[in-house]
Amino acid sequence: MTTYYTNEHEWISVEGDIGTVGITAFAAEKLGDVVFVELPDAGRQVKKEGDMAVVESVKAASDVYAPVSGDVTEANSAIVDDPAKVNADPEGAGWFVKLKLSNTAELSGLMDKAAYDKFCAAQ
Amino acid sequence: MTMNSTGRPTSLSAIDGDVPTQTVSGSKGLLQAEGLLFEIGSTQKTGVDLPAPKGGKDRLGGVTRTASSNLPGLSEPEAMRHYVRLSQKNYAIDLGLFPLGSCTMKHNPRLNEKVARLPGFADVHPMQPQATVQGALEVIEELAHWLMTLTNMPAVAMSPKAGAHGELCGMLSIRAALRARGEPNRKRVLVPVSAHGTNPATAAQCGFIIDEINAAPDGRVDLEDLKSKLKDSSDIAGIMLTNPNTCGLFERDIVKIAELIHAAGGYFYCDGANFNAIVGRVRPGDLGIDAMHINLHKTFSTPHGGGGPGSGPTVLSNALAPYAPVPFIVKTAEGLRFVEHHSDAPDSFGRMCAFHGQMGMFTRALTYILSHGADGLRQVAEDAVLNANYILARLKPLMSPAFEGYCMHEALFSDGFLKDTGVETIDIAKGLIDEGYHPMTMYFPLVVHGAMLIEPTETESKAELDRFCDALASIARRAVQKDPSLKSAPHLAPTKRLDETRAARSPRLKWTPEPPTLKAAE
Repeated sequence: MTTYYTNEHEWISVEGDIGTVGITAFAAEKLGDVVFVELPDAGRQVKKEGDMAVVESVKAASDVYAPVSGDVTEANSAIVDDPAKVNADPEGAGWFVKLKLSNTAELSGLMDKAAYDKFCAAQ
Repeated sequence: MTMNSTGRPTSLSAIDGDVPTQTVSGSKGLLQAEGLLFEIGSTQKTGVDLPAPKGGKDRLGGVTRTASSNLPGLSEPEAMRHYVRLSQKNYAIDLGLFPLGSCTMKHNPRLNEKVARLPGFADVHPMQPQATVQGALEVIEELAHWLMTLTNMPAVAMSPKAGAHGELCGMLSIRAALRARGEPNRKRVLVPVSAHGTNPATAAQCGFIIDEINAAPDGRVDLEDLKSKLKDSSDIAGIMLTNPNTCGLFERDIVKIAELIHAAGGYFYCDGANFNAIVGRVRPGDLGIDAMHINLHKTFSTPHGGGGPGSGPTVLSNALAPYAPVPFIVKTAEGLRFVEHHSDAPDSFGRMCAFHGQMGMFTRALTYILSHGADGLRQVAEDAVLNANYILARLKPLMSPAFEGYCMHEALFSDGFLKDTGVETIDIAKGLIDEGYHPMTMYFPLVVHGAMLIEPTETESKAELDRFCDALASIARRAVQKDPSLKSAPHLAPTKRLDETRAARSPRLKWTPEPPTLKAAE
């Protein structure tokens, strides 16, 4: 399983052609306490860098973009019921959706952990 | 005893040493504690003495309520005191400087109120015969004339009831125009990342697809990004742009932007929320816009923010004017008349609201325009910009301006100066409450980290601006010194720091009576 990062602060862990997507710990910390999450239904097609989900904190509402194109196979209803999970474990239990990737070649444009950490340090 | 510069005690209590902080009544001094209507009233009581209804024949087909509605009854003094007590807990523009950025919280002149209360305006009813309300119709016509003159636009829709309603009016006009052109497939609307949230929301509501344009490092639209979004322009419906924008900066390239959009076959919607900064100085019609709403409740000083309704007349270019909503006023041999029905205006996209718009705001806005005159309105914009730049200049040494250079009507700071202090934007805002001010707009616009947006408006004196700057400067100094008390501010307000996270995650929206066992135990 390999994890990739976007410059919009999403992460995607890929196994075969299935990817699990969420927002990074850096993003969750910057957002502050998350109070609302809106997720796409299973079956929806998403386009790389297109709108995928909405996350709202006490500070702001933000769009969450799809790191790659694909079909949503599962949405994490646990974070809809309890948005605090996004802050508690953003890169684990606080995942947003699972995607069936339509083009794994799109992953090559994303960052690895080291590159992302460097990117965040420069923010 | 702590004294301020004029020798008055700065503490609410002039006595030093031990003083009581709790009271039996819950009220503190003359500030009354106040419960909910349900806690004060009772279902056993009523404030009015009505005779029992006669006849009692059920005309509702058997669906008449038989159980109690459980609404609390209050006597007139109880109801009166309830609302007066609540009003005393409220912060209002009539109480002090209200620095909410993007909201233009200016003083509402009393002259406006006097005119709006004249019986000929205050007592008219929208269902009166039109022949009996010619004066009111003339007010609408005259206000429309001045709004068109100030914007150099050929048409105005007067019925939209707020800023976002005006946006809806403009975007529905654009949609109607595209349909009339036989190009309903033009669906893409460009919106800068710094836009008011209502812009993309309005476009989406009208069925458009939002395409974001990036901001350049100077806080304005990135022209190169805009050009790249227009390369394939066959699906372009238009652009929604605020000028001055939400960073408080004038979009210098606005004429070029208008040309690019028109060349791409789209329309230019300008969000007029910040018109106060340019009224009397810049006519949006000269910049190439096709539609713009005007917030009468901002630029033209009608009360808002809990003090009154909004009103958002929307000026339209010749290209969009045929699609304007009904009703609108026409001159006839019998005087002024409303065109009320779609059948009388087949090109109109339809009706946006019942009746004719916010009449009470029309009288106030027209009073404001006529009492200021052209020179007065120009000075409004000049002083609004001057005041904001005064705040920017005074706080620049202590806080971090989001962008270089002068601002327009609002000063924008980032949380850069708070780096490594542990203090955040929200703590600064809460600190301002202790100093007796409503906080500034915070965390907006989203393009600036930890944004603090301050709009003083032109109606504040230099002395008041200095008082505000002194207060904010002291908070900024405490923040840089990592004063831990800021993290739990406010300390002097009637309620301490509220748990906004818990309020959002598990809101309690319904009052439920205390369990009777508790009462019995007392």
